Amino acid sequence: MVELSAKTPCADLLPLTVGALTLSEVAPTVMTTLSPYEGCRDALSAALEARYGLRWPKPNRSTAKAGVRLLWFGRDMALLSGAAPDRGLSDHAALVDQSDGWAVVQLSGAGAEDALARLCPVDLRPSVFKRGHTARCDLRHMMASITRLGPASFQIMVFRSMAETLVEDVKTAMEAVAARG
Amino acid sequence: MRISGWGQSGEAREVGFTFNGQALRGRDGEPLAAALLANGIHLVGRSFKYHRPRGILTAGSEEPNALVTLGEGAQQEPNVRATTLPLFEGLSARSQNCWPSVGFDVMALNDLAAPFLGAGFYYKTFMWPAEFWERLYEPLIRRAAGLGALSGAPDDAAYEKAFGFCDLLVVGAGPAGLMAALTAARAGLDVILCDEDVTPGGRLQSERDTIADAPAQAWIDATVAELDSCDNVRRMARTTVTGVYDQGTYAALEMVPQSSGRAGRACFWRLMAKRAILATGALERPIAFANNDRPGIMMAGAVRSYLNRWGVAPGERVSVFANNDHAHRTARDLVAAGVHVAAVIDSRHDAPQSDLFRVIRGATVCNASGRRRLESITLRSVGGEEKLQTDCLAMSGGWNPTLHLTCHLNARPRWRRDLACFIPEPDAVPGLDPAGACRGRFSTAQALQDGADAALRALKALGKSAGPADVPKAEADSYGIQPLWSVPGRGRAWVDFQNDVTVKDICQSAAENFRSVEHMKRYTTQGMATDQGKSSNVVALAVLAEATDRSIAETGTTTFRPPFVPVALGAMGAGATGMGFAPRRMLSSHQVAEERGATMMEVGLWYRASYFPKPGETSWRQSCDREVGYVRNAVGIADVSTLGKIDIQGPDAARLLEYVYVNRFSKLAPGRVRYGLMLREDGFVMDDGTTACLGENHYVMTTTTAAAGQAMAHLEFVTQVLQPQWNVRISSVTEQWAQFSIAGPKARALLQDLAGAGFVPSDWPFMSCGQLQLGDVMARLFRISFSGEEAYELAVPSRYGESLFRLLLERAEAVGGGPYGLEALNVLRLEKGFLTHAEINGTASLHDLGLEEMMNPDAPCVGQVMAGREGLVARDRMRLVGIRPTDPGERLSAGAHLFDPDDSVERKNDQGYVTSVGHSPTLGHMIGLALIKSGPDRIGDPIRMVDHTAGLDVICDIVEPVFFDPEGERARG
Amino acid sequence: MRITCPLCGERDRREFTYRGAALDAPAADDGAEAWHSHVHLRQNPAGPLEEWWHHQQGCGSWIRVRRDTVSHVMLASALAKPEDADGGSA
Repeated sequence: MVELSAKTPCADLLPLTVGALTLSEVAPTVMTTLSPYEGCRDALSAALEARYGLRWPKPNRSTAKAGVRLLWFGRDMALLSGAAPDRGLSDHAALVDQSDGWAVVQLSGAGAEDALARLCPVDLRPSVFKRGHTARCDLRHMMASITRLGPASFQIMVFRSMAETLVEDVKTAMEAVAARG
Repeated sequence: MRISGWGQSGEAREVGFTFNGQALRGRDGEPLAAALLANGIHLVGRSFKYHRPRGILTAGSEEPNALVTLGEGAQQEPNVRATTLPLFEGLSARSQNCWPSVGFDVMALNDLAAPFLGAGFYYKTFMWPAEFWERLYEPLIRRAAGLGALSGAPDDAAYEKAFGFCDLLVVGAGPAGLMAALTAARAGLDVILCDEDVTPGGRLQSERDTIADAPAQAWIDATVAELDSCDNVRRMARTTVTGVYDQGTYAALEMVPQSSGRAGRACFWRLMAKRAILATGALERPIAFANNDRPGIMMAGAVRSYLNRWGVAPGERVSVFANNDHAHRTARDLVAAGVHVAAVIDSRHDAPQSDLFRVIRGATVCNASGRRRLESITLRSVGGEEKLQTDCLAMSGGWNPTLHLTCHLNARPRWRRDLACFIPEPDAVPGLDPAGACRGRFSTAQALQDGADAALRALKALGKSAGPADVPKAEADSYGIQPLWSVPGRGRAWVDFQNDVTVKDICQSAAENFRSVEHMKRYTTQGMATDQGKSSNVVALAVLAEATDRSIAETGTTTFRPPFVPVALGAMGAGATGMGFAPRRMLSSHQVAEERGATMMEVGLWYRASYFPKPGETSWRQSCDREVGYVRNAVGIADVSTLGKIDIQGPDAARLLEYVYVNRFSKLAPGRVRYGLMLREDGFVMDDGTTACLGENHYVMTTTTAAAGQAMAHLEFVTQVLQPQWNVRISSVTEQWAQFSIAGPKARALLQDLAGAGFVPSDWPFMSCGQLQLGDVMARLFRISFSGEEAYELAVPSRYGESLFRLLLERAEAVGGGPYGLEALNVLRLEKGFLTHAEINGTASLHDLGLEEMMNPDAPCVGQVMAGREGLVARDRMRLVGIRPTDPGERLSAGAHLFDPDDSVERKNDQGYVTSVGHSPTLGHMIGLALIKSGPDRIGDPIRMVDHTAGLDVICDIVEPVFFDPEGERARG
Repeated sequence: MRITCPLCGERDRREFTYRGAALDAPAADDGAEAWHSHVHLRQNPAGPLEEWWHHQQGCGSWIRVRRDTVSHVMLASALAKPEDADGGSA
């Protein structure tokens, strides 16, 4: 009998605290991308609502309920996390398991936006990028997904293989923010 | 000389610093220039070309003369402007461009040779003999010329870069900028207010104005306090906006105070603003007269700055030379501070008189003497010439609006004759509204009103309504300028202090027919130094206009380009040095490979094991040969997760495959894998790989590591642009799966051992795929081979990658196998003649690679029509063959060119080139793939391989590209 | 330079890759001449030009951007393939 052990992308790298900011790895969960087939988005949305109480997210938005999150993840795509996808969803959408594809971290603390301003060319001001807002964007040459979880808390996702670079880059930005005092 | 109790900056604590090794005291935070003047030091550096003694001209970032070098070694920073460098305890600065000292400089001999060193001197003198240029002239010029010097060591300072966003960017925190920011902030706009100074207020800090009947500083303090209390305002001090770019993008350089540790020295910002207000004020310009570069001759406004702001009088017996009313304030303020004013020399016959000081109307200054410090000036008036003892001359030729940023998108400024200055054209930059002195509204009252008006326009443009702004009462002084650019006479009259350009140089340029302002600039180098001619440009073109008998408007200006102030390249490239240059992609097996001492190799962004050395092995070749042996004789394990994997689902999935691959895919059944080749739109080969059918309408495509991103973008282009009607969904799953090659005669046994009864070899024929249960984990198994052996690729979710790799290695090693790296992988594929991007190199067609028969003519695919063009299928194109050295002991090298053995080695005889080589331990000699003219028609012929860089000249045989098991029986098993 | 992605909003140019003029491709059976002209002979006008930009570091959309090649003014941008309009709940 073979026994394989699991390792998370940031297992040896996090958590990390610099000044008022903390970077930690989000506990792994099932993550599945849903891409509705032509003409199926409404049906998918209805199925999602029936199953999870969550409707298909508008671009750049996410919704969450009872530990299940539905995150807009790009063109014709949303990321369902926190629950295994209902088999019936595949009638309406292509389902792809991405539970292992991404490094998922959380940056929290006063000045989190200032740290991200050193990493991403996107507008994350609280007046523009509110709780639950999400963006697919560049993070120091990496394809990223950034979501605001709270007033000073963001979820950051990059490809799993880039976890080490992500941690280094975010750490450098955290240090720069801390040094400004 | 410090004036006790004078100066709006207040009494800061004393700090110690050194200048050219001399220990001095100054006040914390004041500019180094102020501290030097307070210590009676005027001689600060030597000029660029003539090594003339130079002092402090200005009190701002436009300073051409007072440049110093800070730090030592890697931290050495040349060309720091003493006028903007805040003093701190322990600062150590030194003069540049002088040797052995600023007081006695050997190169000052240039100044005596000046008659021979005028503009155009280089072009005329160093013409011949030609060979002298490189050996003699250039080294000489390089030694003598230039400003400051870099250390030559890598700059280890920590730079930052950052992005900022706002509704309104206000550039400059003088009266116009503060008023604009306040008006916009009160109406709720998100405002960024940048100012290059440490403290806000702009010129108000240097004047003794009143606002709302109180000292201006009170208004500044109240305004800044209100702005700082607003959540919607971000005030950025020490931040110079350096460039304007498209769609409301502005670059800004923030200087972070030295004491704040790791945040480093400079942060380069990209600011995105929906609207912007330019409130950059104006720069005072000098007047050209003989020896106007003597230390002690300064701008009149700068004298007021040092006096009123920092409480430092730059002289004890000061004179003023001007053509406008503003400069008279200098005399007024000096008298008020108790400093003796020798005279105000005003070129205007109707200049205002004063009870406080002597005004000489209709007069000019025509010479100055005192080599290291001004001693006297010579006046010229209707009454003749007169010598006046003075140790500081405050001059003002009027003010130039600081409109540089309005020209960064190519607009040209407009000449205002009545104000004798250029002002920006409206809408020079979309969304950028100039206000205040930078558009010729010079008085404080005008600036405040203009700032408020610009903010109201911005509010309106952004759809916000606001009532009229509450603009406080302020001075509305007259300006009364009458142009005066240069004073005729003997001796050199300086225009560009930093690049040592004189009136005579400009006249010579005109005389030699370099009459266009752009030609004059290049001929004389005027405006080409680090100050970019901030103080000299307008004077220079006025002199040129006069010399060429044209108006200033006709003469025009040169182009202002970013950056407005010098920006260290390190700041622009912040974070991109060393490992920050690009992200690093690590495999799940990375740590295990490192534990085994693997040498890592960069493949795109990925780090892959090159080979796994064993004790006793002294070269990579030994390791590689051994690893090839694992696969040929036992079983080898390699991490192949870097290959691109694209999940394709939907009713039109097969149609998409058929359209992007040249070969047939519509009949691929679930559980089967097929090799496919993709073309670019122009018919050349883009990439190859295998695609597995996982179920009905569900496929996973693999791409090469190199082309993974390109292939994904291509599929997105096809599904969104070329065939948007197809119902198909694609997503990258490269990162989701850790995939390992298990290759060799014992691969089957290893899998049986690993998966037990779950793996029945007969269920897994060559080119099959499916799921395989490994304990709790559902894996994917593909029976494909890139080595020519019976081989499988086993994929598990990446979290299990490290664990599976360890297991596979254990089991492989137990049967005489082990891990193999990229070097061995390359040899294995070469022995089989399999392709990589060394062969699919962007210039190879299907036909060149011997794959033309793969093309399915019955279904259209991307690149099909273009691939069939005559030129892409010609027999004499460079086409793929194998080569091997005729003498098995000889070496081959990739990239070497090939020639017929009888031909001379020159380009016209080139027959092709070697794409890949490796040493085949299986065959006992080197082998290679090559693209050779009519290659397949020349199998069996000799060919000569020449590599000058490796010193190789080897006769080879042209052979079939498959060296090993041409029938492919081993892989099919 | 800023480009408006119809899905993500205005974004920095560094998130996009460029693919040249947005021209309609010839049909598969249009012959080599038409394809040669499509692939190799481009107008490169000074002024407004329709171009393909790929929001590669963002949502993955291909975008048809109308841009003035002289002034760099962005005149319009639209998704090459509109998001599923029929199933539109957005």
